[in-house]
Amino acid sequence: MTKLTDLSVTAALIGLENKEFSAVDLAKETLKEIENKKDLNAFSVDTSDFAIKQAAQSDKKRADGKAGVIEGIPVGVKDLFCTKGFSSTACSKILNGFTPTYESTVTTNLFAAGGIMIGKTNMDEFAMGSGNLNSSNGIVKNPWTRKDDNKVLVPGGSSGGSSAAIAARLCQGALGTDTGGSIRQPASFTGITGIKPTYGRCSRYGMIAFASSLDQAGVFARSSKDCALLLEAIAGYDKKDSTSINKPVDNYISMITGDVKGKKIGIPKEYQSDKMQGEVNDYWQKAAKFFEELGAETIEISLPNTKYALPVYYIIAPAEASSNLARYDGVRYGHRAELPSGASLDDMYELTRSEGFGDEVKRRIMIGTYVLSAGYYDAYYKKAQKVRTLIANDFKQAFSKVDFVLTPTAPTSAFAVDEKMDPVTMYLNDVFTVPASLAGLPAMSLPVGLDKQNMPLGMQLIAPAFEEGKLLNAAFALEQAIGFNHKPGEVQ
Amino acid sequence: MTQIIKGNTGDWELVIGLEIHAQVNSNSKLFSGSSVKFGGEPNSQVSLVDAAMPGMLPVINEFCVEQAVRTGLGINAAINLRSVFDRKNYFYADLPQGYQISQYSDPIVGEGLVVVDMPDGAQREVGIERIHLEQDAGKSIHDQSPEHSYIDLNRSGIALMEIVTKPDLRSSEEAGEFMKKLRSIVRYLGTCDGDMEKGNMRCDANVSVRKKGSSELGTRCEIKNLNSIRNIQLAINYEADRQVDVIEAGGTIDQETRLFDTTTGETRTMRSKEDAHDYRYFPDPDLLPLEITQEFVDNIKANLPELPDQKKAKYIDEMGLSPYDAGVLVSEKAVAQYFEEVVKGNDPKMTANWVTAELFGRLNKASKSIDESPVSAKQLSGLLSLIKDNTISGKIAKQVFDIMFESGKDADVIVEEQGLKQVTDTGAIEKIVDEVLAANPDKIAEYKSGKDKLFGFFVGQVMKQSQGKANPQVVNQLLKDKLK
Repeated sequence: MTKLTDLSVTAALIGLENKEFSAVDLAKETLKEIENKKDLNAFSVDTSDFAIKQAAQSDKKRADGKAGVIEGIPVGVKDLFCTKGFSSTACSKILNGFTPTYESTVTTNLFAAGGIMIGKTNMDEFAMGSGNLNSSNGIVKNPWTRKDDNKVLVPGGSSGGSSAAIAARLCQGALGTDTGGSIRQPASFTGITGIKPTYGRCSRYGMIAFASSLDQAGVFARSSKDCALLLEAIAGYDKKDSTSINKPVDNYISMITGDVKGKKIGIPKEYQSDKMQGEVNDYWQKAAKFFEELGAETIEISLPNTKYALPVYYIIAPAEASSNLARYDGVRYGHRAELPSGASLDDMYELTRSEGFGDEVKRRIMIGTYVLSAGYYDAYYKKAQKVRTLIANDFKQAFSKVDFVLTPTAPTSAFAVDEKMDPVTMYLNDVFTVPASLAGLPAMSLPVGLDKQNMPLGMQLIAPAFEEGKLLNAAFALEQAIGFNHKPGEVQ
Repeated sequence: MTQIIKGNTGDWELVIGLEIHAQVNSNSKLFSGSSVKFGGEPNSQVSLVDAAMPGMLPVINEFCVEQAVRTGLGINAAINLRSVFDRKNYFYADLPQGYQISQYSDPIVGEGLVVVDMPDGAQREVGIERIHLEQDAGKSIHDQSPEHSYIDLNRSGIALMEIVTKPDLRSSEEAGEFMKKLRSIVRYLGTCDGDMEKGNMRCDANVSVRKKGSSELGTRCEIKNLNSIRNIQLAINYEADRQVDVIEAGGTIDQETRLFDTTTGETRTMRSKEDAHDYRYFPDPDLLPLEITQEFVDNIKANLPELPDQKKAKYIDEMGLSPYDAGVLVSEKAVAQYFEEVVKGNDPKMTANWVTAELFGRLNKASKSIDESPVSAKQLSGLLSLIKDNTISGKIAKQVFDIMFESGKDADVIVEEQGLKQVTDTGAIEKIVDEVLAANPDKIAEYKSGKDKLFGFFVGQVMKQSQGKANPQVVNQLLKDKLK
């Protein structure tokens, strides 16, 4: 008897429809499983009572014949989304005690489609990090462990909690956000599927801002079809977000046929790197071969400005962040430092922000402030925006020749929590994911195999803007061909 | 006219540029739907966006964009079809976002021109550098408690137009007249209330001095937040004198921001160049570049109200009014509207006189504005018609007008009630004239022997006996005939 929590979204929907179990049953099982595996620390806010209430309402909705596209499915919600009545702190001390009186558009859409908020998931503070090591709620454990040692490994970041929860089969779906790779890289590190849609596809209203021109909401699941259902649920135009694009949301699931015959898959030569773990390159080639066997054509392409992507990202993102995080000042909400008598306004700012922000956040605010400052703006920020256009143009050119771009998601498999890594080395984790972010293109990661240490590795597929349906279809095709069905904790 | 400061080493002249923050007349804020009503309870007009809650995003209020374009067109300025919103970053408790959304390198309005009529009749052309849209900040209240400062965010996010002049002004008087003209224009356009007391129009003055005749610009100081025309002028005068004193004593002017102390009448340093903020301007990534169509602009242009300069020219050219009278009548849109209502069917010069002398005189005495006039334009028009058709004389009309002002009643009602109808019946007047002449034979004799002034006595007697109702022209004619 399959555990309810092992079911995919698709299978769970069938089970619910066939009255094999109720949404309340599913929610209760899920909550039990979350409790069983609480040592992973994937969840940072408890919403169990609310989840049961939602599940009960969901059962009624289904009985009334009004089931939404993900009716009754438990979904983990990254703590970057403002959820009405529930703590929303972006896993930062500076938002201690903050409970919004408003709901983000993405979670509003999620609930309208029948999604159950089974809990809020742990993350890197303000979405800044690649290992969920920077959270005010502590680290998240990757449910996978290496063959030869028992080190605790990172699940990736910044959506580490969501990723770990899916990989550990705690829930069927999870929401994440991706600015430079924060959905794709954890998906790769935990052997699951994650998609970041086109910039502007999902609303940013109520999503705590990190880097406005890059942030996008996305989803995690254990298959492309599941991702399709979840993404359709949350996507859509929102006039409260001026960067939201007014285009109808496709019925992604109907576009998944598995047929990629005649499609052209671009392999960018600039992504070859000797810094990649050996198996990453092997799987990249394997994936290309699979596509050929499916009737697609692989073509070597050039994205000449790729090497500038990481520095460009680490100028633009911190710059926008330094401004977006200025509102966390202790004046209106969140943490305010205890002040000695006679303290000035500046003292309040300095103490509050020093106490409230973690090291990585402070680092990025300082970098961001620097690159925008007088005398440096032209050389750094303005220049970076220009190069960003070049990077976007590289993709535009490529997509005149190919339908998708295939690259590794991350240069390595998950690293250890105690691995000493300087900040810049940590940033190199994003080297394959940031280009698609800078170009605002939809991109996803799917698991392709295990490395020598039995750790999962993922491949990334990138598509032209608003082609999420075609992207999910291509991923599905590859997914079927590979047949990755490994689980963490398997005996090898 | 250039203002000259007589220094120890010679004559100095002033160079002045103004930056005016004009609150956009709209129902809601620039990037949120909150009300902009003045005087609300603190923090009662603050949306989630205004309070910069986590995850909140700005959405442009198109009407505010319209108002900015309208203002630009009203000063004959270039409208930029593409403009960009930038973030101006700094920390202060009344700035919830930690940045102000403004426009830095690509403002919505470009160069324009305002023509200022000086009291001595001269005309000055003042160039406008640009107008841009930006958010206002909230209000900090420091004097309520020794331990705390209070923040009211009602004003946070209200749309402002920042209007920047070129350094074309040469005296504090010009600066004052410019402000009056600008205020008049925006009130005509309906884009800003121009009420400096309520704070919906504020001014920063950039002042520098140079030796008379020099074409180089001296180092300027910015005097911030001047909230009345008088204070603008006092501040400019003080600052110019201060700068001359410093330079003549051998010092140099530091480019700095200064405040005007209304109690002492002096300016003092607010912050020096070293403490100057680095605003780290960059385009706001939450907003797309603002793109408006030529059609949008043309639509607004087609529906612009007639502006003071146009009206003034019309009053002078078509109605024959003096430039002075025309100037007074166009200074306020409400006055011009009132005048234009009254002048329909009446003589322009007579109307102008009644409005500027009789009406204004009584309004000023009662401390009422034209909007509060107890006599409506229709009613005044009614009074003037009665003069025109000889129902009453001009003199009686003034009496009637007093009663109209007190009671709010119409002229014809008052004339009826008071029985003030002018007597034009020559026969009836002749009867009174004959009575007066018969009663004053000695005066007739004196008049005939050369005392011309007594004519007035006879006129007076006739008017008295007719309770002022006799038509003066008829009285004069009859007396002249009978006293030949």
